[in-house]
Amino acid sequence: MSPNSTHSHIYDIAVLGAGPAGIAAAIQASQQQCEVLLIDEQPQAGGQIWRAKSDSIISAPATPESINADESRQVLATSGITHSCNSRVWHFEKQANDIWILYLVTNGQSSQIQCRALILATGAYERVFPVPGWTLPGVLGLAGATSMFKEYQTLHGSHTLVCGTGPLVFYVASEILRLGGSISAVVTLNSRLDWLQALPGMLGRPALLRRGFAWMLELKRRGVPVHWAHAVHSISGSSAVENVNIIPVDRTWAWRREVKLNSIATDSVCMGQGLLPSIEAARLAGVATRYDASLGGWIPDVETDTSTSVSGLYVCGDGAGILGVDVAQIQGKIAGLTASNFVKQQEPEKPSSLMKFLLYKFAKLKNFGLAMTRLSIPRDGQLKIISPETIICRCEDVTYAELQSLLQRGATTATALKSESRAGMGPCGGKFCMEMVLRLTAKELGQPISELKPPSVRPPLRPVALEAITGDFQYDDLPIPKSAPL
Amino acid sequence: MTELGRYDIVIVGGGILGAASALRLRAGGMKPIVIEKDEMGQGASGVNAGTLSLQIKRVKLMPYALRGHQRWEHMGRAVGFRKTGGYTLAFNEREATLLEERMALKRDAGAPIELVSMKSLAAAEPRLCSAVVAASYCSEDGYANASLTGQYYRRALREADIPVLENSEVLNIQRTNSEYHIESSLGTLVGQRILLACGAWLPSVAALLEVDLPVQVRVNTLSVTERSPELFSNVIGHATGLLTMKQKSNGTILIGGGWQGRGHPSEGRGQVVAQSLLTNLRLAQYAVPALSALRIVRSWTGFEANVPDYYPLAGALPGLPDAYVLGCVRGGYTIGPYIAQLMGDLILGRAPELPLFDPDRSYDCA
Repeated sequence: MSPNSTHSHIYDIAVLGAGPAGIAAAIQASQQQCEVLLIDEQPQAGGQIWRAKSDSIISAPATPESINADESRQVLATSGITHSCNSRVWHFEKQANDIWILYLVTNGQSSQIQCRALILATGAYERVFPVPGWTLPGVLGLAGATSMFKEYQTLHGSHTLVCGTGPLVFYVASEILRLGGSISAVVTLNSRLDWLQALPGMLGRPALLRRGFAWMLELKRRGVPVHWAHAVHSISGSSAVENVNIIPVDRTWAWRREVKLNSIATDSVCMGQGLLPSIEAARLAGVATRYDASLGGWIPDVETDTSTSVSGLYVCGDGAGILGVDVAQIQGKIAGLTASNFVKQQEPEKPSSLMKFLLYKFAKLKNFGLAMTRLSIPRDGQLKIISPETIICRCEDVTYAELQSLLQRGATTATALKSESRAGMGPCGGKFCMEMVLRLTAKELGQPISELKPPSVRPPLRPVALEAITGDFQYDDLPIPKSAPL
Repeated sequence: MTELGRYDIVIVGGGILGAASALRLRAGGMKPIVIEKDEMGQGASGVNAGTLSLQIKRVKLMPYALRGHQRWEHMGRAVGFRKTGGYTLAFNEREATLLEERMALKRDAGAPIELVSMKSLAAAEPRLCSAVVAASYCSEDGYANASLTGQYYRRALREADIPVLENSEVLNIQRTNSEYHIESSLGTLVGQRILLACGAWLPSVAALLEVDLPVQVRVNTLSVTERSPELFSNVIGHATGLLTMKQKSNGTILIGGGWQGRGHPSEGRGQVVAQSLLTNLRLAQYAVPALSALRIVRSWTGFEANVPDYYPLAGALPGLPDAYVLGCVRGGYTIGPYIAQLMGDLILGRAPELPLFDPDRSYDCA
């Protein structure tokens, strides 16, 4: 459905992102009798975890993800919510009358919509720890791989090495097997002890725990080698992935150099070390951020009711801290409620019973999310081993050696490093590299990473073609002010 | 508060003006220190478009701009200097008249600017819009890479053995016993003299000395595209001065022209205003239609300080001994390295090669 972009129309609430958090927020707000616009980049709602199969795939076997996803899409379809798909918000501003204006590109066409409250449910992107060879064809992120599996039911290689941290490693391995691929090895930095320590946090979710065990059993049954407490040292190949060299690590994830490299032949790699909250939109709106490793890194300052320091702006889901799909849905509902109260100017003196219930659920489910996120918190040892020739910013081909030399010559912030090296200035806008640039800066300067400041966020939130936003115009209609002084 | 040392002069501001003044003063035998609230060259000096175009310089500042160009050419590769030549375009008769009048005055002021035929323009830049009705050309025009400013001056100051105190905001300034005590977040500096060269932050720092400077701040917008095969090779401008465009050697295209964003130096970096940005991009796309398919990767803003007559503040701070101000230089990126030398000479007690701009003047708009 295309959004109502007429100048006079004002939505009560716009939700940015149609993943589990955004869908829940939109539905909750709609149930509170608000007029809601749900905006998302993808052709169908669902976000990454509930990503829909492409229309070109006639049918696909159901999975726990696809069942939940189909249900949510069903509810959404009958909710009366305007869902603007294939839509990107490239900039947004709060006008003098406190109404938000959002600049959209939908199917290549530009439009502007207005709303009284804005809920950000922008999700996450993944952390890929750079090693020599990580930019070779055949290397995918773990989360990137899952979106390919879900949308196209296809694999990117015939023998895949799956590596990284947290539960996603095992989920991706099980999906590859399910789709008929074979796994050369599973390599994870986590030790069996790490998982043992995560167990208490997982006990509250027995169904998920069982699912994890099923993945492990399947790997064992298929004879897939699992290398616990191992890192990828490097990936080699002449024009694509051919070999992956792995090495055991200690508790800090530093290499145990006394042990020989183990070289594993493979034609493809999935690698990832957890998720990073996508906080660009919140920062663009002026929300302050802080570093919290237990929630995935830099997160916006968000209250438990999802409100922020910016009036009329709410943040929920992984974009507020990586806590997974179940928490995201609860937090989405909380955001829907809080934003509705704001719009209707009926902020209750004490929380309603529904709000109390949601806050209780949030607190309960949070432990599982924290336990999973903890498995991917970067450890210092891993930074010690980055070799100078490793590419850190892959858009601009900036190596660790270049960053190191600028830091040694006096740069003291990531902002200076960015302008001096171009790391983070390419099309991805630093979404892939900036966390690593900040880690390396902290390491070189001997400062805690929490004291560093990520560079400013600038529009567009995603690269947009000029013609998509400039639209049709007549030269004579351009509002050209008086010339510069002579 | 820790005393961090005594200097002949404390220079507030680590941009081009502060750094280049420090270099001149050091060469003249003084012992300067530069204090900067962020990092070297991260303000206007580092986020501007880097345009080195005589066609957009003010007539009265042309002698300064010509000498500024020479300085940038001399800095060369380290600052990404490129002399590409530049065209300024007019798309209708009103703009053509404006272009002809203004360029004639600038030529008289010494800039090698000529009006060109549409045929020669089309031969040089075949991808420009066909609606151009008049154009001027200057072979001296080009650009440098503003993001390299901080890196360049940081090294230059280090080689000249000039200390720099970065990430150190000036909180208070006292004058006692004929000395300035500059209290900062990192400690106190003592200077025989003080030079304020802190751009858009001039009013707040001057206020610490109880001097009221009539400085206004503009919030200029810039955008950069993804990399592209070559679309044009000269710096491109517009008769009104409201468009500057260049394709960098890495293929990205930088689009500016002084379109206004929002914000104030006291509230952190400025913000891009969509409607203003869109007009800027439409103007750019009109000039070079092939831009339409390129993606904008980033738009940002920088603060430019001005006084009401749009001429520099360059001279003694009114009412205070041994205190100076340098800022508000329209075309300050181009002119900065040169006017800072003049400022250094003034402080050293030498006669500057060209006159400076007394801050104690009447600012009636010209």
